[in-house]
Amino acid sequence: METSRFNSHYRGISLMLLIILVITALFSMRYGAVDLSLGEIFSSLGKFFSGDSDGSLNERIFAEIRLPRAILCVLVGASLSVGGTLMQALFRNPIVEPGLVGTSSGAAFGAALYFVLGALFEYNAGEWTLPFAACAGGMVATILVFVLSQSKQTGKSSIIALLLTGIAINALFLSGVGFLSYIARDPQARSITFWNLGTLSGANWHSVIIIGTSTVLCLVLALRYAKQLNALMIGEEEAQYLGVNIKRLKMTVLLINVVMVAVATAFVGVISFVGLIVPHLLRLLKGSDNRFLILNSALMGGILLSLADLVARLLLRPAELPIGIVTSAVGVPVFIVLLRRKNYYF
Amino acid sequence: MLSAENITCTVGSKKLLEDVSVRFEPGKLHLIIGPNGAGKSTLIKVLCKQLNPAEGKVFYSGKEVGTYSDAQLAEVRSVLSQNIELSFPLKVWEVVLMGRYPHFNGKPKAADETACKEAMDFFDVTDLADRNYMTLSGGEKQRVHFARVAAQVWFPAEGKARYLLLDEPLTFLDVHYQFQFMNKITEMLGKGDLVVVGVVHDLNLAAKFADTIVLLNKGKLMAAGSKKEVLTKDNIRAAYRLEPVIVEEKDGKGTYLFFQ
Repeated sequence: METSRFNSHYRGISLMLLIILVITALFSMRYGAVDLSLGEIFSSLGKFFSGDSDGSLNERIFAEIRLPRAILCVLVGASLSVGGTLMQALFRNPIVEPGLVGTSSGAAFGAALYFVLGALFEYNAGEWTLPFAACAGGMVATILVFVLSQSKQTGKSSIIALLLTGIAINALFLSGVGFLSYIARDPQARSITFWNLGTLSGANWHSVIIIGTSTVLCLVLALRYAKQLNALMIGEEEAQYLGVNIKRLKMTVLLINVVMVAVATAFVGVISFVGLIVPHLLRLLKGSDNRFLILNSALMGGILLSLADLVARLLLRPAELPIGIVTSAVGVPVFIVLLRRKNYYF
Repeated sequence: MLSAENITCTVGSKKLLEDVSVRFEPGKLHLIIGPNGAGKSTLIKVLCKQLNPAEGKVFYSGKEVGTYSDAQLAEVRSVLSQNIELSFPLKVWEVVLMGRYPHFNGKPKAADETACKEAMDFFDVTDLADRNYMTLSGGEKQRVHFARVAAQVWFPAEGKARYLLLDEPLTFLDVHYQFQFMNKITEMLGKGDLVVVGVVHDLNLAAKFADTIVLLNKGKLMAAGSKKEVLTKDNIRAAYRLEPVIVEEKDGKGTYLFFQ
């Protein structure tokens, strides 16, 4: 009997992506300034889970540097890509991503502010202050872009207005980051390339736990809104006729996106184009159903960012490039190809 | 029963609708006509809770529309609006399935699938099911949305009336499909619990298919009732500022309008 088209299954693709993700992560853990053998990886994994802290130098490199970094890569890639998927669905436009509508630069500004003010007042309110500051910054910037790009007559944002406002707000917040970096005493905040180009070199278990929490919570929440975001594809009024509470949907999805992207940005800086490209690749693969896109963009985002991080570490080894250079170098050409394709209508 | 009482809508100082009251009974086709800017689309938007009137109230089955949540209303009422543009490429069946979104969580149930299949057959779009919606012609897109809004209210709701509101459904359609659509809608009315309210421009289609006609002009209700009551020379002349010629067939079945 023919299978029904109304109940599509995406498990095949998800499973495939999961396998590729594991393989990519293994590769990413194996190669770097020092190459580890698979034997070393598995023996230190064994020790890691049994709580055995002794080990060779290589095993400790793995447990304290490579493993958290690989996990962080997957989490950040997932956050940025799901954020991109959500923003594209919300703005009803395929060329939107968190970096273009101010979320990332706002988050970077919030985080930089935390570092600088924290150092000035020698004030520390616990480990959740940094992600909170980044969220606040990301929220302010995103809402600014959202509100300023709305036309006074219709209350809707045209994509041109949106992108131009995004450029302006990004420039504003990144110059704010530049200023803060200039006067900063904190060594991490002082490095302006860290904020503008992004790097995962600061990965540790602490950041893995915080980003992991926000990624998983936001992903679960985002999946609950997939169907409503689908309805939004045929228009805001039409979605309302299909029973969607538009105001609540917009607020919630915006909040989910900001938290996901801002928390990641607080620890790794601004990484562009991942959130833009991943949803596009998936749409080419299977279609625009958000129920498919959200979950699988998490997997594919993890894969792409792991690959980008591997390239960033291998190209100039033993030194490493900021990962944002790699994602932009690959992302910009892809972005331009997408802009010139004919099956999207802007 | 769908009714609106003393609806007034304003934008700035301009009154889009002024003290309009209408009643639409189940099992009948109600068509709204009027010249451009008469307030036809505004009235449809007020009826479907998209627009809050400055004054007046809308009632579905005797209950004020504000007492329904968007989700509750979507279970019994579907709306076809003008100029629907998709932001992403979707298959035709995915668009039709959206009509069933108010009825399932997670995955579509067997009933949802049946509704989609039957609605697609009914409106002649089954052959298009796997096509990319964005590559369809204007008329094909319109028929896909017919299937979508019909699927939304495909099954009678127990003890409740169903409502179908259509804002200029015949745009983009050739004469064949205009007649086909009106005939299908008439066929859907057969179950007796469906209220259909539509905006049309073609007075001859209104004369042929409507059970009752509402004539709006400059935001005011000019006439409402049977076609004999509404489509009079005086009304048409006043609303459209043209001199009409009205021809009746001998058996009284057909009414045709021409303009000098």
